[in-house]
Amino acid sequence: MSSTDKTVLASAGFHGDVLTLVKRIGVRMQNYEYQHRKPMSTPACAQMLATMLYGKRFFPYYTYNILAGLDADGKGCVFSYDPVGSYEREHYRAAGTASALLQPFLDNQARALARIPDYIGRKNQQGVVFEPISKERAMTIIKDVFTSAAERDIYTGDAVDIRIVTKDGLEEHRFPLRCD
Amino acid sequence: MSTGWMSQTAQPRAPQPQAGEDARTRTMRPIVTGTSVLGIKFDGGVAIAADTLGSYGSLARFREISRMCKVGNQTVVGGGGDVADFHMIRDLLNTLEIENREYEDEHDIKPQAVHTYLTRVLYNRRSQMNPLWNTVLVAGMQDGEPYLGYTDKLGVAYQESTLACGYGAYIALGPLLREVADKGEPITKDAAVALLQKCLKVLWYRDARSLNRFEIATVTAEGVDISAPQSSESDWGIASMVRGYE
Repeated sequence: MSSTDKTVLASAGFHGDVLTLVKRIGVRMQNYEYQHRKPMSTPACAQMLATMLYGKRFFPYYTYNILAGLDADGKGCVFSYDPVGSYEREHYRAAGTASALLQPFLDNQARALARIPDYIGRKNQQGVVFEPISKERAMTIIKDVFTSAAERDIYTGDAVDIRIVTKDGLEEHRFPLRCD
Repeated sequence: MSTGWMSQTAQPRAPQPQAGEDARTRTMRPIVTGTSVLGIKFDGGVAIAADTLGSYGSLARFREISRMCKVGNQTVVGGGGDVADFHMIRDLLNTLEIENREYEDEHDIKPQAVHTYLTRVLYNRRSQMNPLWNTVLVAGMQDGEPYLGYTDKLGVAYQESTLACGYGAYIALGPLLREVADKGEPITKDAAVALLQKCLKVLWYRDARSLNRFEIATVTAEGVDISAPQSSESDWGIASMVRGYE
């Protein structure tokens, strides 16, 4: 996971490609700042990542990326990608070896409806009360999701790094998982 | 009748490369190989160890090959895998050091720079489908702090307080090195060297591609020290008791 003060990139897949990709992104974000005298916005970074991934369409970076941060309105944004650069802005996304396990979990616990983007939904539940996700609720969901991943996915490790982007800056946490 | 580039008739295929004409050979497997390299951080420095054997398959072919090299005054690099490829890496690092020295600006190459450089070289070679068949440990002092990094033929890289490659990653890393490192208490230089010697002895007993002749390098604020080749006392007395491998 790598980040500036308002954009965070999480990458799964081939670690060698991840290192290379992160290095190239870092260089381009530096150059952007030198040329434009302002840091690259998260949506700009999202578009750049898509073109960088597609630039290697026929020898792809074997990476699954999720880019998150704040948009121009100060709202949270999550961008998810496939290895060759197809991308989409979403409200939540699971990626990596446990993604097939975790995406339904998020659909159930954190599904956001496009009509009411700031509200969570409870897909496949009845009598649901829609309410905004608090930071604490988001943290709880993330911890539960990774606890589930550690339970069944052998590639999930001993701890999870969590980063929280708000207008006040970046928070970093490390949450230990079952160590077996 | 041809209608240009949209012609319906099959175009003649480009000639396929024949072996010995356009075909190029690449490293598909290592030939002369080195086995484990071990590394551990200690209080105020870092130590790495490797034996001096260059195996030719299962033959203990070259018994006095150093698999370590010093880069600058605060870094040492140890490599396993193909010995010829490691020698090329060593030459690259030597060139790097000479070019750096030509500036005469008192700047010394730091271990992180060496680690990143090697990772880039190895990743580039794997991307050209022509890997350098090595796993490499980089040890040194980075701005007063011990530094220990890993890189392999794919360009995967990471840092840890204990590292090992080859059979050492299976036999020494978990039960022996991490057991000590995970206690959280920093160990002394002497304890680190003694631990590496113990690990190498276990590898000498269990890894058929190892040799009881090894070098241990330590890097501290005082600089790099690569030991003369040394051996451990071994006792094969219990060998006759081992059952199940006949």
